[in-house]
Amino acid sequence: MPGARFPIKGFKEGLLIKLGEGGWNVVQADLLEQIDERMDFFNGAKIAIDVDERIVRAAEMGAMRDKLSERGVNLFAVISKSSVTDSVAESLGISTHQTILREKDSIVKNMLSDGENAVLIRKTLRSGASVKYPGHVLVEGDVNPGAEIMAEGSIYVWGKLRGSAHAGIDGSDKEIICALELNPSILRIANIIKEFSKNKIKALKRKNQAQKAILSFGEIHITDWDEQNPLK
Amino acid sequence: MTANTITITSGKGGVGKTTATANLAVSLASLGQKVTCIDGDIGLRNLDVVLGLENRIVYDLVDIVEGRCRLRQAMIRDKRFEELYLIPAAQTRDKNAVSPTDMIKLANELRDDMDWIIIDSPAGIERGFRNAIAPADEVIVITNPDVSAVRDADRIIGIIEAEQKGPAKLIINRVNPQMIQRGDMMDADDVLELLAIKLIGIVPEDEHVIVSTNIGKPVALDEKSRAGLAFRNIARRLMGDEVPMMNLELKDDIFHRLSKMFGAGGE
Repeated sequence: MPGARFPIKGFKEGLLIKLGEGGWNVVQADLLEQIDERMDFFNGAKIAIDVDERIVRAAEMGAMRDKLSERGVNLFAVISKSSVTDSVAESLGISTHQTILREKDSIVKNMLSDGENAVLIRKTLRSGASVKYPGHVLVEGDVNPGAEIMAEGSIYVWGKLRGSAHAGIDGSDKEIICALELNPSILRIANIIKEFSKNKIKALKRKNQAQKAILSFGEIHITDWDEQNPLK
Repeated sequence: MTANTITITSGKGGVGKTTATANLAVSLASLGQKVTCIDGDIGLRNLDVVLGLENRIVYDLVDIVEGRCRLRQAMIRDKRFEELYLIPAAQTRDKNAVSPTDMIKLANELRDDMDWIIIDSPAGIERGFRNAIAPADEVIVITNPDVSAVRDADRIIGIIEAEQKGPAKLIINRVNPQMIQRGDMMDADDVLELLAIKLIGIVPEDEHVIVSTNIGKPVALDEKSRAGLAFRNIARRLMGDEVPMMNLELKDDIFHRLSKMFGAGGE
């Protein structure tokens, strides 16, 4: 049975394959068949797959990567319109359009809207996790050392912030970063950076006190949550 | 009989994956269990050395996968235990010689004849690590109480969750109560608070481990070694026994309890 043929485009980083409609197993089988037929062409290739709005589970994406890897094909990116699929890809160490193809508007449509956007993440972000979002980011969980959040808006962590956080990545200086325990490795608001170098063992012992970081007069200031904003 | 397949991993190198694999394997074998351990560190094999079986390798994991020998031919029987076997890694190949599918197939072939399959994962988060966790029913993450090892453990726990092999279990290795008392080392609570997974053992730092590695006799076989006792206790916990030390270890005053155990400290 001849499977569907998916369109392939070349771009700077490798090949982009746009998957069609249908169940994941069918689509995967079709893609592998397409690759098997042109082994010489695909061997050693770096590919990105465009799954459109499809939600791909971690086990499915991991299996796909392994099957491709067995054919000498490196799945380095998954292009998706689903934030669920994006976070699955990122947790597997696979790039998404946000990390690789941000500027390639011809390939990936920019999903930004003008209003206020926010995403709620209901889990602890462990080391290596990276979240980038064109709006505000709310985390219900911790942000561990080695994890990072980048938001065009503000960042709210209902838990311990111990990794790195960058609010206002597009330059907005009114954004804030706050956490039940603000104990980050590095903070950025707009283009201002604040580093935190201290005894990491002692830092773990600090008492819980909700705090927020704001930008005023070109510097990041950290205050307890209920303290008056010095700007006002 | 259906073997329980356990993969021991850490992210960071040198925290004690191979030591833990060897010691849990001999501890389980001494409890009368049938155990096969697999060295997943292709290209950098050393589980054979720690078990004292390095002179008996004829075939290895890659030979099985590539069909040059039967599974049984590559299984080296331990000198001390009738039902403890090692499948060594190949030393002259690299991680890409084996795929996750190969590892699943291999484990399935062993499952009916064993109680436990213990896989020693290589360091890192690349192909070798994915090979090692592919067949796992359960993953044990081992770490040291230092900031860099814990960060890597955190990363690996996230990947294990994403691969739907979680939740992983935790062993904290090379704990030094004196250093904790001086405030120079994270204690078990600090580590647990960050990693937030189930703790199945704390292994104290013990120079017997180095000696035992050099002579190829895992420290769990040494009645006098504290680390050996800790590994034997972990093996019993894996068997489902309630080993009382577990409760003690989880208490805040772990230092005092450990130091009593050592006969050290200020009490």
